[in-house]
Amino acid sequence: MAQVSLNNIRKIYANGYEAVTPTSFDIADGEFVVLVGPSGCGKSTLLRMVAGLEDITEGVLSINDRQVNHVDPADRDIAMVFQNYALYPHMTVRKNIGYGLKNRKIPADMIESKVQEAAKMLNLTDYLDRKPSQLSGGQRQRVAMGRAVVRDPALFLFDEPLSNLDAKLRHQMRIEIKALQRRLGVTSIYVTHDQVEAMTMADRIIVLNEGRIEQIGTPAEIYHAPASTFVASFMGAPPMNLIDARLADGQIMINGNTALAPAQGTGAITLGIRPEDVEIHDDAPIHFHVDIVEELGAHRLLHGQLADQDFTIHVGKDVAATPGATRIAIKPDCCCLFDPETGKAL
Amino acid sequence: MTNLSNTTIAAPTRRIRWSRLLDHAVLIAGSLFLLIPLLIVLQTTTTTDVETMKNGPQLVIGSQFDDNLKDAMVKASGFSGENTGMSMLINSMILGLGFALGKIIIGMMAAYALVYFRLRFATLAFWLIFTTLLLPLEVRILPSYEIAQKLGLLNTYTGLIVPLIASATATFFFRQFFRSVPEELVEAARIDGAGPVKFFIDILAPLSQTMIAAMFIIMFVYGWNQYLWPTMITTDEDMYTLVRGIKQITQDLEGTNIPEYGRANMLALIAILPPVAVVIFFQSWFVKGLTESDK
Ligand SMILES: Nc1ncnc2c1ncn2[C@@H]1O[C@H](COP(=O)(O)OP(=O)(O)OP(=O)(O)O)[C@@H](O)[C@H]1O
Ligand SMILES: [Mg+2]
Repeated sequence: MAQVSLNNIRKIYANGYEAVTPTSFDIADGEFVVLVGPSGCGKSTLLRMVAGLEDITEGVLSINDRQVNHVDPADRDIAMVFQNYALYPHMTVRKNIGYGLKNRKIPADMIESKVQEAAKMLNLTDYLDRKPSQLSGGQRQRVAMGRAVVRDPALFLFDEPLSNLDAKLRHQMRIEIKALQRRLGVTSIYVTHDQVEAMTMADRIIVLNEGRIEQIGTPAEIYHAPASTFVASFMGAPPMNLIDARLADGQIMINGNTALAPAQGTGAITLGIRPEDVEIHDDAPIHFHVDIVEELGAHRLLHGQLADQDFTIHVGKDVAATPGATRIAIKPDCCCLFDPETGKAL
Repeated sequence: MTNLSNTTIAAPTRRIRWSRLLDHAVLIAGSLFLLIPLLIVLQTTTTTDVETMKNGPQLVIGSQFDDNLKDAMVKASGFSGENTGMSMLINSMILGLGFALGKIIIGMMAAYALVYFRLRFATLAFWLIFTTLLLPLEVRILPSYEIAQKLGLLNTYTGLIVPLIASATATFFFRQFFRSVPEELVEAARIDGAGPVKFFIDILAPLSQTMIAAMFIIMFVYGWNQYLWPTMITTDEDMYTLVRGIKQITQDLEGTNIPEYGRANMLALIAILPPVAVVIFFQSWFVKGLTESDK
């Protein structure tokens, strides 16, 4: 069990590229933190610095109040699951899982019982004598998990562990990993670029962009109160609608004089509205023109124009929809306001 | 109409395809060209020297195989009487194995250092090693001999093997192979607490199986067939290798005695067999490794 603290951690690669700007956050004991962001934003770099696989250029990294900047990965009491699993191809599943224990001079019979225990937890008991090449993707993933849990580490690190699996398996493993983490109560840092994984698994999400933290918060906070237009458009599928608007007379106005919702202030803003925070009524105040209806089974997406700006609405399957003019209302308290220059939330 | 269809049915006689025939003729001629000398060697080992002298190679298989074998293996040749076929076979084995294993070990370790450690000038070092390919033993034989001699390595196995052991070829192939091993494997091993030595022994070496097998085939045969260096470095007859020893016996051909055809050819046969065995054995291993393991 561990709490982890990053204090102004910075990474500049040998070629002078600053992959992570000075970054600070704390992770509480037993917390599941997800680092999410677009490709190349520095997620892996940050994780690998915590693991000790990458040197920390500046800043202080502590695990359990011990500064570990210069501690060898093997001595940080961590376990890491890699995107391509990084199983040792010539070793059986049993040896793969037990290798870390063997290197730590644990007696053979103890290793065997720990491996058995981990295998049972991960439904791998029947595969212990197979080589990784004789396993399916999901099973390999589980072996990689086994290798992590068997050591009983203070901290789990995951670098996009599910991105090589198909959608169905990913969904299943997502639940399994989360359940396992809950059960073991091990502090975890999980890197992904998949916002669904982030939302469903995290206790707390850290959204990264270009080596900077955009926002730290619970999934609900991130979703309902994004700190910037970047977070608003990154989290959620389809993303939050962002349209140009203006504050006047205690109202949010678009396109001349249509009032959308009450809000204080004056001047131009960027208005963010989640697609599902909109209702369709024939007698609603706002005109909306539906161009395309996207049928998704459980629900429908209506893509169209709101005051000549692209806008998407998410409705349940019970709401009939056809292309053409219709009328909508915004649910109360569902507007996010952003500074149009900086993109920060107001 | 009926007539027409009848003729089309009657037509299929087996046509001889001349191009096919020609292909086979070429292949057969090529095989014979390679096989006949071997068959002559084999035949000669089964008859007495007198018969070979009188009739030349025959189609009949004689009954002298055992005698010739015994002659070749235990009969002393030269002045000292210390080099028998057996001793030469052992020397050749030591040279072949020492040469192959030495090259593999040195090559792997050099490549390991070049690929996995942040050496200064690693690339420069690699290219320096690589350029030694342009300087084979024959080019540097005098200085090499002088060094070996000054170190007192004449007529020792060390002198026979060590000066030949540094290998740009093996280093090059292992370097290329190590670079293809995924980075994550190294990182996973680091987190699993494997230091450089453990990583090398537990992970890199087993992964290199196929490469080692391939190198072993090449290097063993190469070492086994060495002629120039052993000739320079060993003067004691009990240090002679097979390849050298056969030469010694065939020299008798110029004398007035009946040449020892049986014995010389038997030695030639013995000299061929180990490399063939190594190729056959390691090749299957090599192929198995290629198809079974994936990185
Ligand atoms: N060894 C390196 N030298 C220089 N720049 C690097 C190095 N490794 C990564 N980078 C750069 O640092 C940035 C962050 O890389 P990183 O691997 O952390 O991205 P990521 O967020 O994990 O992306 P992805 O989702 O694609 O895995 C990238 O722009 C990358 O080009
Ligand atoms: Mg990454």
